[in-house]
Amino acid sequence: MHDLASVNSRLEQLRQRYPQGDAEMIGNIVRAVLTTMRGDLTANETTLLAEIEELASTVANARAEIAALGADDITASHIPSATDELDAIVAHTATATDSILECCEKIDTVTPRLTPEDAEVMQDVVTRIYEACSFQDLTGQRITKVVATLKTIEAKVAHIIDVFPPDPTGDRAEAAAQARKDASDDVAPSLLNGPQLPANAMDQSDIDALLASFD
Amino acid sequence: MAIDKSMNVLIVDDYKTMLRIIRNLLKQIDFNNVEEASDGAEALSKLRTGNFGLVISDWNMQPMTGLELLQEVRQDSKLKALPFIMITAESKTENVVAAKQAGVSNYIVKPFNAETLKDKIEKVLGHA
Repeated sequence: MHDLASVNSRLEQLRQRYPQGDAEMIGNIVRAVLTTMRGDLTANETTLLAEIEELASTVANARAEIAALGADDITASHIPSATDELDAIVAHTATATDSILECCEKIDTVTPRLTPEDAEVMQDVVTRIYEACSFQDLTGQRITKVVATLKTIEAKVAHIIDVFPPDPTGDRAEAAAQARKDASDDVAPSLLNGPQLPANAMDQSDIDALLASFD
Repeated sequence: MAIDKSMNVLIVDDYKTMLRIIRNLLKQIDFNNVEEASDGAEALSKLRTGNFGLVISDWNMQPMTGLELLQEVRQDSKLKALPFIMITAESKTENVVAAKQAGVSNYIVKPFNAETLKDKIEKVLGHA
């Protein structure tokens, strides 16, 4: 049996070699301990230590793969950029819709000066424009749903980074926690689902029939 | 039964553009006395202090949703008979059923047209 001093000496060498410590270091320590102590372990203990070594290797590989994916960029750049773009779409279409409505309201003020026939045509056209402008409300709600989905993805990616940080600094864990908090703040649980996709939605006649079934 | 189009109508939506659209569509069918509220809480306050003959409300609003507004209206002894139309993008069966159970007078799904709005208003006020 090797004496304890020899094992401690080996561990100290490892500490000096890997002062920050990481999963790979754990694997190295296990290998070193196995090399040092294998003769004193039972078969089960040896198997257990080998599995721990393999687990440490798996964790190290996962961290390396996450680092290679640039997962931090997803939460730090890609998703915030996408949500900003979507917010901008909502803002631009809202501005355009307001301009269209303003024009229609001006047309409404001069319509009475037209002949009755022309006034009727004009009013019909303006009514259809008003109806069409409600697209802004629906697209806004749909985009809000997409933003909420992106925030959920962002939070899940942040969680993965939190569990398997590419490096041991605390910055990413803090960012992950903040991303999760932002996501939960932005999605109001009391609100409903918003507009359904046309293929899944009931139309007005379906709703009329449903309401009539109560009578 | 003739409909009194001089009545005060309260329209409720947290989206100003939608309020503007509904106001203009109501104007096209000769309802000119229209007031606006941006959420259920503001609407309830206006209903309790004003004299309205019809409420047209969105569903998804905060801090008080259209459904919660409807429930408050139906529990208020002075307002409980007030005609209440829900206009919303929520078209799932459970939403319509929940609104009906809460006492909604009629339910319009977005996107809607002026004819649907006119038709529902006439039905609701004709039965009022």
